[in-house]
Amino acid sequence: MNLTHRDQALYRGDDGPAAKMAMSIIVRMAEVAGVDQLMDITAAHIDSTLYMGDATLEFAERLAGWGAKVVVPTTLNVSGVDEQHWADWPVPPEWAEKARRQMVAYHSMGCTPTWTCAPYQTDLRPHFGQQIAWGESNAIAFANSVIGARTERYPDLMDICAAITGRVPATGLHLTENRAGQILLNLRDIPLALQQDDAFYPVLGHLIGQLAGDDIPVVDGLQVMPEEDQLKALGAASASSGAVALFHLVGITPEAPTLAAAFQNQLPQQIIDITLADLRRARRQLTTATGEKLDMVVLGSPHFSPAEFKQLAPLVAGRQRHPNVQFLITSSRAMAALADKAGYLEPLRQFGAKLTVDTCILTTPMLPDTIKVLMTNSAKYAYYSPGMLKTQVVFGSLADCVQSAVEGHVVRDESLWAE
Amino acid sequence: MGRIIRGTVIVAGEGQGQLLVSAEPLSFWGGYDYHTGEIIDRRHPLSGQIAAGRVLAIPFTRGSSTTTAVLLEAVRAGTAPAAILTTGPDHFFALASIVADEMYGQPIPLVALSEVDFATLRTEQPVEVKTDGTIVIAEGDQI
Repeated sequence: MNLTHRDQALYRGDDGPAAKMAMSIIVRMAEVAGVDQLMDITAAHIDSTLYMGDATLEFAERLAGWGAKVVVPTTLNVSGVDEQHWADWPVPPEWAEKARRQMVAYHSMGCTPTWTCAPYQTDLRPHFGQQIAWGESNAIAFANSVIGARTERYPDLMDICAAITGRVPATGLHLTENRAGQILLNLRDIPLALQQDDAFYPVLGHLIGQLAGDDIPVVDGLQVMPEEDQLKALGAASASSGAVALFHLVGITPEAPTLAAAFQNQLPQQIIDITLADLRRARRQLTTATGEKLDMVVLGSPHFSPAEFKQLAPLVAGRQRHPNVQFLITSSRAMAALADKAGYLEPLRQFGAKLTVDTCILTTPMLPDTIKVLMTNSAKYAYYSPGMLKTQVVFGSLADCVQSAVEGHVVRDESLWAE
Repeated sequence: MGRIIRGTVIVAGEGQGQLLVSAEPLSFWGGYDYHTGEIIDRRHPLSGQIAAGRVLAIPFTRGSSTTTAVLLEAVRAGTAPAAILTTGPDHFFALASIVADEMYGQPIPLVALSEVDFATLRTEQPVEVKTDGTIVIAEGDQI
């Protein structure tokens, strides 16, 4: 292993036990990856903030207790508790207390308390070509694909080691040659009206994840320029159904100005056509509920952005949710404050919507047992809810979700998806 | 003495137990209940099986980067697999095992097998994983 003098000093423990353990973990991971070089990163995003149980808390408090400090600008992913609203839900107080201790531990290491799974929509958004160490599967996909920053798929617990040492194994998606597309997905005869619809992007992402696995997919044939939040939904979906850390959209994402550039002038290993029938099948897979019964609409995985609040506000303005259907939006405290300042939250309050900040329904035990059927426009929520929350789920567009909440049962506009 | 196959050591250690095998990758976040060691991804072929104390053989991890945190919780709770066999060096399993070693002195033995050898594994077979990456499989007619 080629370690610099500085690396060796950390490894020996010259900077204390926290940096010693962090460097030991980085070096051992380099050995697993079969590389003998480390490299610098200039930003990090920590997914280890998720409170899982006593072990993740012990890990965080051991590092914090040893005085660990991050050496690069570092954002924090969602936490295990919404400090502002947790008592409104059946969150066990012991859980809230331990999750809060884990937040304190990571904050004390000098990280910026962003508490969001969409750090790319904060002031600390990385730039094209920047070498970063990010955790959180949707954030990794967005940073690599939409921004063109460079991160491996860092697992929880390694992300903070990279932030403490500023170093990572020089491998994987940090290196240009490993960022070439591997499989080509051709969109065939997909109606333009569908490509302009929000629900198209999570469905396409879900299908891409299934087709690509952990390969780098290149999608050709999109005829529209998607909005940032549509690309966010696509990436989150593909990183749930598959292990997609980087995707290229020809003519849209920064490393894919042309098909040839996306593949770095190599040939695809595989070419697959995507038809409307494939997308219909993927859309069906995102729904597990069979009836029209509905208990809650939930939006915001990844966390809702100000632009998404802006889009939602006029859909709910002057309307009321049905008393039997709850309506929940998950976001970060900073994004919610921006949306409130812009006047987007007031119509939501009038509608009867609730807000959860800094966490989400998958990472804090907030939903009561009476919630048995969820509806969402997020493929990530749709993918994980049946296993993790034991709920049934219905996938729909943003407009479908609002309309269903008003009517009190599931309604979906099928016109864009019809045979 | 059983059948012997040799793999590449990813994290060295000794472990033994009954095999639990699937060709489907798995995300531990949303897929593994560390309180019980049960595989809870209802889309996965091993759904409902208890992996605690067994030798888990899956080709690689899928999905969430939180898989590592769940596996560390399982080590602390005593519900982790006795060893894990994969078809290549899986960085999520490796990181969880290395952190379990740094934190609790309890690495999970990890061995990567060739796809050909992996395909010969059968659920329920008793196996022993050795520190040098040797896997000893007790097969019915040889016990």
